Amino acid sequence: MAALKRYFRSPAAVLGLTLLVAVVALALSADLLFPRNPLGLAGRPLQWPLDNPRFWLGTDTAGRDIAAQIFHGARMSLLIGVVATSIAIVLGILVGAVSGYYGGVVDEVLMRVTDAFQTLPNFLLLLLLIAVFGSRIETVVIAIGVVSWPAPARLTRAEFLSLRNREFVEAGRLSGLGDLRLIFGEILPNALPPVIVYASVVMATSILLESALAFLNLSDPNVPSWGNLVGQGRSVLRTEWYVCAVPGLAILLTVLAVSLVGQGLNDALNPRLDEQ
Amino acid sequence: MAASGPVPALFPDVTMALLSFALRRLAVSLPSLLLILIGVFALLQLAPGDTVDALLAQMGGGDPVQIQQLRTFYGLDAPAAVQLGRYLWRLVQFDLGFSAIYGKPVAAVIAERLSVTLLLMVASLWFAAVGGVVLGIIAARKVHRWQDAVISTVGLLFYATPAFWLGLMGVVVFAIKLGWLPAGGFEEIGSGKTGLLRALDITHHLVLPTLTLGLIFLSIYLRIMRASMLEVSTLDFVRTARAKGVPDGAIVTRHILRNALLPLVTLVGLHAGTMLGGAVVVESVFTLPGLGRLAYESVIQRDLNTLLGIVFISAVLVIAVNFVVDLLYARLDPRIRVKGH
Repeated sequence: MAALKRYFRSPAAVLGLTLLVAVVALALSADLLFPRNPLGLAGRPLQWPLDNPRFWLGTDTAGRDIAAQIFHGARMSLLIGVVATSIAIVLGILVGAVSGYYGGVVDEVLMRVTDAFQTLPNFLLLLLLIAVFGSRIETVVIAIGVVSWPAPARLTRAEFLSLRNREFVEAGRLSGLGDLRLIFGEILPNALPPVIVYASVVMATSILLESALAFLNLSDPNVPSWGNLVGQGRSVLRTEWYVCAVPGLAILLTVLAVSLVGQGLNDALNPRLDEQ
Repeated sequence: MAASGPVPALFPDVTMALLSFALRRLAVSLPSLLLILIGVFALLQLAPGDTVDALLAQMGGGDPVQIQQLRTFYGLDAPAAVQLGRYLWRLVQFDLGFSAIYGKPVAAVIAERLSVTLLLMVASLWFAAVGGVVLGIIAARKVHRWQDAVISTVGLLFYATPAFWLGLMGVVVFAIKLGWLPAGGFEEIGSGKTGLLRALDITHHLVLPTLTLGLIFLSIYLRIMRASMLEVSTLDFVRTARAKGVPDGAIVTRHILRNALLPLVTLVGLHAGTMLGGAVVVESVFTLPGLGRLAYESVIQRDLNTLLGIVFISAVLVIAVNFVVDLLYARLDPRIRVKGH
């Protein structure tokens, strides 16, 4: 409760939550407000926002309603963010927990693999995975999760290292609990909070990674994605710059919301003296 | 001796210790490099189509005998393990193989593009680090006042901005509307400029890409800098310095800054890879003929040899940056050296 109170005392955290709720509202109301296929032809291409009351955010180069794509894109971005983040966090926790709990050779091997992943630029690995496995949206999401697990793994490992020899773990061990019970039942619940807070960073990066892929025409063209829209708007940047501007702003606000909420959670859970 | 102040000691034995520390760190990164190469090689085996397929697609087909000859020529008829062995063996001899698409050695293709990316990265890093440090210091000195609020808010905004979008909006404002800066390219083609004029032309072209790539990192660095300035300034040795009557400016530069820089230096190392990834996007926005764009083109054209070469060079680059960061870190923080012994 104290943490909740602290959260709502920070204006930035409240702003973040408000923005996030707004994005979720966009995603939830997409089918209600724009029941037609957002990627279907809606009207004359390249109408400026507000020129035609039917298209208050205008139409893109292919005559599709930008507002519809923004609403449906919100759903896509959130979905991508949540699924890719879950994959990265679960993978990271598994690797980090095993590494930190067992130590020794297992730790050494797993950390070298983690090093390898961190040495290879994320985005380059993502390009490789897309080149090999194609750019269906499922593949893209899994690929983003796969390139994002090393940081959560390191975080989990550090927590496990500091927790594995505490009294409550020793007590569990003496009372005959197996390794699995100790890892998931005893240590993990205590190691989880910083990892969960870090998930907001992973989510923000996931959304940015997908939009960058989509901008480069390497993501799934058959889903309404903000990045796709920015990529298409590029060809008319000189005159109809709003086609790029609007979806980019949507990405910015969503990533900002996720980061602010994460920052707010972090500050609420670990109150620091110097911030008073 | 050197214990009286933050002046770095440069005695031979200390330098040796520093060097052995850095070399040990370098040795640890070699297995990672090998893992990356094996992993990526295995990954590319799963790719649909090989270099010859891509080549044939470019030529518009060929007869089966010719295809077989091509496969033999590129060594693609051997089992994957043998191919990997050959690849690693050639790599030891600094041979990255041959790019069928560009019709020349991969090393030559990469060498043509590397300088553009390095220039972009170094410029962005400088911009981000200097800007981040200065703004972070200002924000920390005026903590919870309007200057801090403005700087922190702008930092947050840039952190959440997709690089490609920032670049495009920069083009709209500074190239299309105001006409101050070129919208893309590395230099004016066919202008015949040389020497200083050419350097100025390139600088002019690189302003927007550098800002685009740098602003995101600047926002991260300024946040870290602000936080660590605030943290260090509460430590005992700063209070001691203050009590001794050291002037305020000297406390900031000599006592706080030096210690507050440590987390920033670590981050620069961690971000080397991220920055290379960002270069792919930024080079694509500004049509810069760099390594990032080459990576993108190789993905599109399925030029797997070039792709593998880029992976190798990128990994080496990241390891090199981290090596430099380790050295810098050890110089800034004498305690590391004790651990290094």
